[in-house]
Amino acid sequence: MKKVKINTVINNRTYEFSVAPNQTLLRFLREELGLTGTKCGCEIGECGACTVLLDGEAVNSCLVLVPQIDGKEVLTVEGLAKDSKLHPLQESFMDHDAVHCGFCTPGMLMSAKALLDKNPDPDEKEIRTAISGNLCRCTGYVQIVEAINDASEKIKE
Amino acid sequence: MKHKIIGKGERRVDALGKVTGTAKYAEDFNVMHQLYGKVLRAKHPHAKILKIDTSKAQKLDGVEAILTANDIPGDKVFGVVVRNQAILAHDKVRYLGDGVALVAAKTKEIAEQAASLIEVEYEPLPVISDPEEAFKPESIKIHGDDNQFVHHHVTKGDIEKGFTEADFIIEKKFKTQFIEHSAIEPEAVLAEPAEHGGVIVTGSVQNLFSSRRSVAAALKLDLNKVQIIQSTLGGSFGGKDEVMTAMCCRAALLCMKTGKPVKMVNTREESMLESYKRHPYVLYYKWGCKKNGSIAAMEIKCIADGGAYASMSPFVTWRSVVQATGPYYCENVKTDVYAVYTNNNYTGAMRGFGSPQVNFAIESMMDELAEKVGKDPFEIRLQNGFETGAVTATGQKLDHRVSLKEVLTKSAEAADFLNKWNQYRTPSTSPKRKGIGLACSYRGVSLGAEGTDAAGTIVSVQTDGSVIVSSGITDMGQGAQTQMSQIAAEVLGISMDRIQFLNTNTSRVPDSGPTVASRGTIMGGTAAKKGAEIVRAFLMKTASEMTGLDVMSLDFKDNYLIDANNGERLASFNEIAAECFNKGRPMYGFGWYKSPQTSWDEHHGHGEAYFTFVYGVNIAEVEVDTETGKVDVLNFVSCHDVGKAINRNSVLGQFYGGVAMGLGYGLMEEFDFEDSIPKQLNFDEYLIPTSMDVPNIIPIIVENEDAAGPFGAKSIGEPSNELAAPAIINAIYNATGKRIYEIPATLERVLLGHKLTRKGERGSAKKEEVLADSCKIRPEGR
Ligand code: FES
Ligand code: FES
Repeated sequence: MKKVKINTVINNRTYEFSVAPNQTLLRFLREELGLTGTKCGCEIGECGACTVLLDGEAVNSCLVLVPQIDGKEVLTVEGLAKDSKLHPLQESFMDHDAVHCGFCTPGMLMSAKALLDKNPDPDEKEIRTAISGNLCRCTGYVQIVEAINDASEKIKE
Repeated sequence: MKHKIIGKGERRVDALGKVTGTAKYAEDFNVMHQLYGKVLRAKHPHAKILKIDTSKAQKLDGVEAILTANDIPGDKVFGVVVRNQAILAHDKVRYLGDGVALVAAKTKEIAEQAASLIEVEYEPLPVISDPEEAFKPESIKIHGDDNQFVHHHVTKGDIEKGFTEADFIIEKKFKTQFIEHSAIEPEAVLAEPAEHGGVIVTGSVQNLFSSRRSVAAALKLDLNKVQIIQSTLGGSFGGKDEVMTAMCCRAALLCMKTGKPVKMVNTREESMLESYKRHPYVLYYKWGCKKNGSIAAMEIKCIADGGAYASMSPFVTWRSVVQATGPYYCENVKTDVYAVYTNNNYTGAMRGFGSPQVNFAIESMMDELAEKVGKDPFEIRLQNGFETGAVTATGQKLDHRVSLKEVLTKSAEAADFLNKWNQYRTPSTSPKRKGIGLACSYRGVSLGAEGTDAAGTIVSVQTDGSVIVSSGITDMGQGAQTQMSQIAAEVLGISMDRIQFLNTNTSRVPDSGPTVASRGTIMGGTAAKKGAEIVRAFLMKTASEMTGLDVMSLDFKDNYLIDANNGERLASFNEIAAECFNKGRPMYGFGWYKSPQTSWDEHHGHGEAYFTFVYGVNIAEVEVDTETGKVDVLNFVSCHDVGKAINRNSVLGQFYGGVAMGLGYGLMEEFDFEDSIPKQLNFDEYLIPTSMDVPNIIPIIVENEDAAGPFGAKSIGEPSNELAAPAIINAIYNATGKRIYEIPATLERVLLGHKLTRKGERGSAKKEEVLADSCKIRPEGR
């Protein structure tokens, strides 16, 4: 298959590379860049474990083909902490025990970040809606909702 | 006693890696030159294998090995109880998930293509998909000469006499469904050749030691040549046992054959196709009751669909037989639980382990009894519920503190149960009706008389005072590592950040049995306590020599050695550790805990089944749309006696997660088959609760410390998951006056009283056996 050229920014770093156009962003991140923080749970856009931010929007990276990120910016869980300072969401997820097995966590964090970036003061319903595409089998979502709410308070301060 | 760390909501020891993306799950392990393994699975749910031709696949460029059952040097089958599960099918395939051949190739794509080039000739056999069919003498046999492979029974008193004494009889049939564990992480392993022969397998394995036994037997290796290392597990819920054993064996076989590392990852579709499920049960409950609301006799028969292989069925059904009467007094009991083979996916361990099924029946029956004698669900349970000193159906006297009435009362108060229950009973013409329902349970802790119950934990203090803890008990996301770390930190008087927990490695920790049956904290935790106490003694001896003070007047607190009398800091924990090392003393404590004695007389169906029990209550408040059959859960109360909450946050997490999973069981989840062919293979069709489905949950932690557990702790993982469904079903009854006898309570079952199933041609709907009454046919009120 003919490779296509792509310019992109991933976790604040500029990349230029040639890729097979049929590769998904999920596979590309995990297998080509070694960014294995983004998880694969279904590969059909149902579980949300693969959620990353594409120009600030939460997307299922298993449904995005790499050429679609050309000229765009991608943020994964590995890019969430800045200068080794954790994002408030990461702190509050740990404090609220919103992380059990942790497999849904990277995706949850990214969906939550997309929400808080747009809506710094979401109510519970808005939080639940924002993560409704992220399946979690462990937590029953309660502590995740609490954690996101708590992080929004902290960010406001 | 005041604790420093026990009972607090400490952060999990493995949380940081999980929020930053550095935690390594099975699929995240990769090495140079790894090959990709692929399984070719069955084409029919039941068929003889006549011929396997791999020649075309062999020729494909990039293929490094193709294996069939004939290439397995050692045991071709495995199984913890009955050894009949095929690593690769040899004579015949027994369900659609059976593996027939293996491929190892340079890329995933080549492996897939090669698998598709393998030609298998089958002779299809009749398929048995109904467990009651499987019982019939004329039905085709799936293994050997009998499809029934388990029969457990319990008898107490005289059942005939009990029914004669009864004023009336309630007799009902219930049905439960297959449930997919749905851990968000699918199965994966990486098998690597070991330096000195043998193999190292890293993967998403729940029960490493039983997987190791099977790999060693298949490869004809000693156990010390097979190392199984647990990667961080992305959930299991009982589901990463045999399916992982099969995957470990297969990857190890390919690895030994090629001499190269082999990676295997299940797609979600492969995972759902192959993995085992929670047992569906058919339950026949017959109670002889008295007008005053007491129960004179219980006759119970359950048939579990074991699917294609025995797996954990003998143990799962044993828990059912022990707990089938619920925590209720009854002098005359006869319970029989059977498991049979079918060509459906095999069924095994899943959170609850034989209790969710019987609890659904028991708690539905209890509400029917209340209705019949004009009592409310709370009162009837108070009247019949166990107290301390009660004797169970198996003849066991409960001499720990039986807190059933305490959890009942606390949760009923928190939910305002009686007021709401009475209010919602009043007939209403509104299409949307509210209801509230209650369910309670008792549950035996740990393995009980099903197996040897012992576990080990190692606490190793480093020369700088930091500590490494490791255990044969695995963390699957439930937080076992954190609990064990907290216990070690408490004993050593250090902070949690001084502790590093290692993932389990079968070559570095002793075989501690499986991490199942909610035994992690009570078994691994007690072992951690013992291990830490051993090291503490050496450190204390050193501290006493250093300070000239008696051991009794010294203590460790907040990373310091202190004078216990005035709290004065005498030295840092680190200094004591360094000095202990200089003195040549061991800084290593190996804690081993063997559970208190249990017993079981299979012949009479009697015994001290478990060394202690836990008690819990769930209350659900629902709204039923009688025009669509849709049920929304509005509020929920979950109350459990956990003995002692080692980590408050993790206990709450178990409460919430258990309720969510139980809600799925009661309302939406069903792994459905048509002639033993699964109808759904991914999350687009197998629906689990999302953040929009799970209501607010009020948690109530009750703590009656139990002598059997560390700092009084018992268990919570499974109790939290075994009650939500009957609470919801009872709430639907309260709302509509109609009872659901088959779960899940989907829209059709609530509205029409049965599920719509399609058979053959599209559009030709077949009615299932009517077990539920619909709410439409009900006149106003009840
Ligand atoms: S892996 Fe992308 S949504 Fe599940
Ligand atoms: S924490 Fe396990 S799936 Fe969410």
